Amino acid sequence: MISRRDFLQVSMAASAMVGASGFGNWSRLAAQQSLTQDQLLQFDIYGNVSLIHVTDIHGQLNPIYFREPSVNMGIGAANGQMPHITGADFRKAYGIADGSPSAYALTYDDFSALAQSYGRVGGLDRVSTVINSIRAERPDALLLDGGDTWHGSYTCYKTEGQDMVNVMNALKPDAMTFHWEFTLGSERVNQIVEELPFVALGQNIFDAEWDEPAELFKPYKFYETGGVKVAVIGQAFPYMPIANPGWMFPEYSFGIRDENMQKMVDEVRAKGAECVVVLSHNGFDVDKKMAGVVNGIDVILSGHTHDALPEPVLVGQTVIVASGSNGKFVSRVDLDIRDGKMMGYKHKLIPIFADVIAPDATVTKLIEEQRAPYKADLEEVIGHTDDDSLLYRRGNFNGTWDDLICDALMSEREADIAMSPGVRWGPSILPGQAITREDIFNVTSMSYGEAYRTEMTGEFIHVILEDVADNLFNPDPYYQQGGDMVRVGGLGYRIDVTKPQGDRITEMTLLKTGEKIDPSKTYTVAGWASVNEDTEGPQIWDVVENHIRKLGTISTVPNTSVQVEGI
Amino acid sequence: MEFSRRDTLALGLGAAVVTVLPFSVNAAADDVIATFTGGADMGDAGIDLTAPEIAENGNTVPVEVSAPGASAILLVATGNPTPGVAQFNFGPMAGSQSASTRIRLAGTQDVVAIAKLADGSFAKASSTVKVTIGGCGG
Repeated sequence: MISRRDFLQVSMAASAMVGASGFGNWSRLAAQQSLTQDQLLQFDIYGNVSLIHVTDIHGQLNPIYFREPSVNMGIGAANGQMPHITGADFRKAYGIADGSPSAYALTYDDFSALAQSYGRVGGLDRVSTVINSIRAERPDALLLDGGDTWHGSYTCYKTEGQDMVNVMNALKPDAMTFHWEFTLGSERVNQIVEELPFVALGQNIFDAEWDEPAELFKPYKFYETGGVKVAVIGQAFPYMPIANPGWMFPEYSFGIRDENMQKMVDEVRAKGAECVVVLSHNGFDVDKKMAGVVNGIDVILSGHTHDALPEPVLVGQTVIVASGSNGKFVSRVDLDIRDGKMMGYKHKLIPIFADVIAPDATVTKLIEEQRAPYKADLEEVIGHTDDDSLLYRRGNFNGTWDDLICDALMSEREADIAMSPGVRWGPSILPGQAITREDIFNVTSMSYGEAYRTEMTGEFIHVILEDVADNLFNPDPYYQQGGDMVRVGGLGYRIDVTKPQGDRITEMTLLKTGEKIDPSKTYTVAGWASVNEDTEGPQIWDVVENHIRKLGTISTVPNTSVQVEGI
Repeated sequence: MEFSRRDTLALGLGAAVVTVLPFSVNAAADDVIATFTGGADMGDAGIDLTAPEIAENGNTVPVEVSAPGASAILLVATGNPTPGVAQFNFGPMAGSQSASTRIRLAGTQDVVAIAKLADGSFAKASSTVKVTIGGCGG
């Protein structure tokens, strides 16, 4: 039904929805080994409504390198389904040629070599050019920001999100939903939201005390676009007080609340919505499940799990779009809405190749203004990677950036074992590249970055690994929080992802001695990003900076400390 | 992850309980249910139970039950040391047969609601509520 080669506009039967993806367009450029902005943006306008989706930018104002994951397991029904396919299998599924721009943008193999050819990705000045081009065709296109925007960089940390607010406002979004924004603290979030020139959405953002919808955040908003009444419903990250420090925003409660989502869909339909769009920070598998539970959603713009999919996934009559992270992609979705029904859609995941898409000079200037006060600190070179070492983060169990952070924790904090959170944000550093202070902040910046040092029994370490593993590998997506397995340094283990909680993790080994972890023995553990209040320790970026400065040149070694079974 | 120097010990104890006893049904829970139903079979239609999938705070978990026409609804936390949470009785003049409350959960477990329906039959709804020590999202 979906043609990869052409933008076929198939005539529509009343009951069957027809879609097309713009993916083939840029895939085919592989043969030509050339890219132009016109090619990247080429899109034959379709239907009467256009949606523009950006999500999980994580404070990245400027172009970066970003390697996609090599390991991204799906559990239960998600096994082998998108987005749980990587590398060669991913390329095969979409007919992507090895070494092509699509291979570079969407898969991990040969990343360092391809990065030399294709360069950096992202940059909000380039994103602005893409948005402007779509608006030139369809002035009332809706720009929807899926959240994780006001977090993740040096300038974002120093300005408490103001740099991102200033630059995003220049792009004129129509609505936004949230996750890491709340780690700025509720007072700061409230202050920014009250002044936003667009609506802050989240049908699942509730007042914690009364369990009623929070006043400041609206469940949905109506838009008239292309003569169509479109309702956009927001869905914030459901597990904010669990995955992040709830004490920073005690007034708010979240949750999936799919029964309330159904109520909102019914409500907007009753008020005349011809098209229902959900702007979601659920994560992809949660969105897939929700699309099967809640009736009447036309499009889910999905965020949180950082998946970049060149074609939407369909659940029943609901189209789910995943638009990547760190400013690397923009999705355009054109819809044909007639007689209160979505008759068809056309979609394109637009990769923001920074050397191909011309920056919007106004936004470039605005970005420079945000960075100017911090320029010297941002650009200070702390160390280098050697000619064979790529620093990246994505992967279910480890990444070389996290290996380096764990090494820094063990070395600087004199610990037997290190733990580092399995977050999915943070750009990559190529072999032979300088590592600046900005680069270190890009993978560590947060409002609760204290690096603690504590003692834990072997039994408690096991409990932690089991708990986090269940947040990732529970077969029911509604019990998954997104993110990846907690990274460990100095510790090896075996994991059977198919087992229930309590039975997944075995053969925990202290790497420095090769001894099995003794449940009753106490070990010194260093870590960071504790969700507990009053955590003490130096900031993680200072710990990592000191470590890199001492080493000078960073060499990564393959990490074989986690043995995975069950897939 | 959720631990600081101060809380490590307390957490260790709490979390260990979570891991050792997930999904275990306290025998006392079956007794409470048997007392309410008199051992009768239970259907699954006619009762709605709304509970979070993952508790934001295991000490105060919002739970809502609704069973149109019911004369009573029993709420049971199957994994708690004392599983019986509440029994809501509705008289003939009751405008609606629904209730919401907040309950404390000792760890990950099934929360069960059983309604005695207008025709005297029983209906049961169950929801797994996970109590976790927290993680680190994307």
